[in-house]
Amino acid sequence: MAYSDKVVDHYNNPRNVGSFTKDTPGVGTGLVGAPECGDVMKLQIKVNLDTGVIEDAKFKTFGCGSAIASSSLATEWLKGKTVDEAAKIKNTDIVNELKLPPVKIHCSVLAEDAIKAALADYRDKNASAVAPASSK
Amino acid sequence: MLKFPIFMDAQSTTPVDPRVVEAMIPYFTEKFGHPASRNHSFGWEAENAVDRAREQLAKLIGARDPKEVIFTSGGTESINLAIKGVAEMYREKGNHIVTTAIEQRASLDVCKRLERQGFEVTYVPVRPDGLVEVDAIRQALTDKTILISVMLANNEIGTIQDVAAIGKLAKEKGIIFHADGTQAVGKIPVNVESAGIDLLSCTAHLIYGPKGVGALYVRRKAPRVRIAPLIDGGGHERGMRSGTLPVPLIVGFGRAAELCGEVMAEESARLAKLRDRLQDMILSNVDEAYLNGHPERRLPHNLNISFAYVEGESVLMGLNKESALSSGSACTSSTLEPSYVIGALGASAELAHSSIRFSLHRFTTEEEVEHVGARTIDVVKRLREMSPLYELAKEGVDLKSIRWKAD
Repeated sequence: MAYSDKVVDHYNNPRNVGSFTKDTPGVGTGLVGAPECGDVMKLQIKVNLDTGVIEDAKFKTFGCGSAIASSSLATEWLKGKTVDEAAKIKNTDIVNELKLPPVKIHCSVLAEDAIKAALADYRDKNASAVAPASSK
Repeated sequence: MLKFPIFMDAQSTTPVDPRVVEAMIPYFTEKFGHPASRNHSFGWEAENAVDRAREQLAKLIGARDPKEVIFTSGGTESINLAIKGVAEMYREKGNHIVTTAIEQRASLDVCKRLERQGFEVTYVPVRPDGLVEVDAIRQALTDKTILISVMLANNEIGTIQDVAAIGKLAKEKGIIFHADGTQAVGKIPVNVESAGIDLLSCTAHLIYGPKGVGALYVRRKAPRVRIAPLIDGGGHERGMRSGTLPVPLIVGFGRAAELCGEVMAEESARLAKLRDRLQDMILSNVDEAYLNGHPERRLPHNLNISFAYVEGESVLMGLNKESALSSGSACTSSTLEPSYVIGALGASAELAHSSIRFSLHRFTTEEEVEHVGARTIDVVKRLREMSPLYELAKEGVDLKSIRWKAD
């Protein structure tokens, strides 16, 4: 199976590999997939608590080249988006951008799940933190 | 000088040895006769060539009589002919077949089909090192068992089964014994007489011969084994496999078998040394890399390693510009399931996804081994830097304690 140039590029030069400390304010972490399925993605966002804009994003992925590329692309897209905008990223956008073949669509689904999980974690953790700030 | 890409996937196929090609060429153009043409010189010439190949193959596998060698289209057909042929011929006697959990796909799929047709199949599990216990086979036998079918050596992990002990058991019980020799014949000594093998499947393309030809050894004496044909027609190959014989391919197969017999001792020693070098290099430079299969009882050209925390296809992707290897990862299989062979060893599914098979061949050089070893180490290390599992493990988190949400 041949890979698209974009998948190869993200595999060879993955963007935003790394981790944030989980309990830093504004950080949301999503960990999705399962080792026995051959795919695990950890995707993290760092949100500016004043503006609600994602200032930085990082990932680590255990999985095939397409899974690595999907999560790498997701971190690229997340940066600069507001939390609400980020929630609109769809797996089909990733499929189209990376030209993923049908057997690799689950990689994009996992990346979307990772984004949603990171956003949910951010909301859970910062609901209490954000509320007092806005009430001032 | 290294030439890229480096082929280290020789258990999927091998290049044809130039000496084999040379032997084949005249049989395409000048010596094109049909071996069943009994009344002219073209036919005689072709028949002689086929008989010679039969002798060459018989010699390699220790068959008493070259007539016991039946030519087929390859390993898959040989396996189909052996298992289905026995099942049909001996159906009156019983409907039970004993095989192992790590047979190649062709064997397992034939068994599954027979199960749908009313046969019962026992898939004997293997030990963590890939060996099947002869006692486990013994315990699986019933008075309805008509066939024991076991591979000589495994295609993924290279583990070599104790076929002589299995053959002895089969004789003792009066059960036919089929050995799948596709990965072993030509690579390690195989003797159908001393191992008590009644049916032996072989293929040419894994021993530096052409694709499209294989053979099934069918014992004629003690016991005389009978099999029902899969293909009816002109009654070629003693009625067991009709169809015009592909003479050039058969000539190539014979020559390939002859060459393997000549160089086996030297070649297997050389490849085992290179393989050991590759193994040492990788295991001494990468933590949590696990050898799959039996450390000693394995094919000299096989090395199978699971790299914890990295997925196999991603490792291959990092290597595939320069080298050709294979993986037990689901993403590299047509079934989208991880290797059932590694799974059968009791390893976690994660380690099955993480397995890489290196298989060396006649033309593999030391330089190639050094290069592939070094690149593999680099790629695995790079991927671990981006593996969330490696990070968690290094933090001391037990991965089994996490509730993973499977997709």
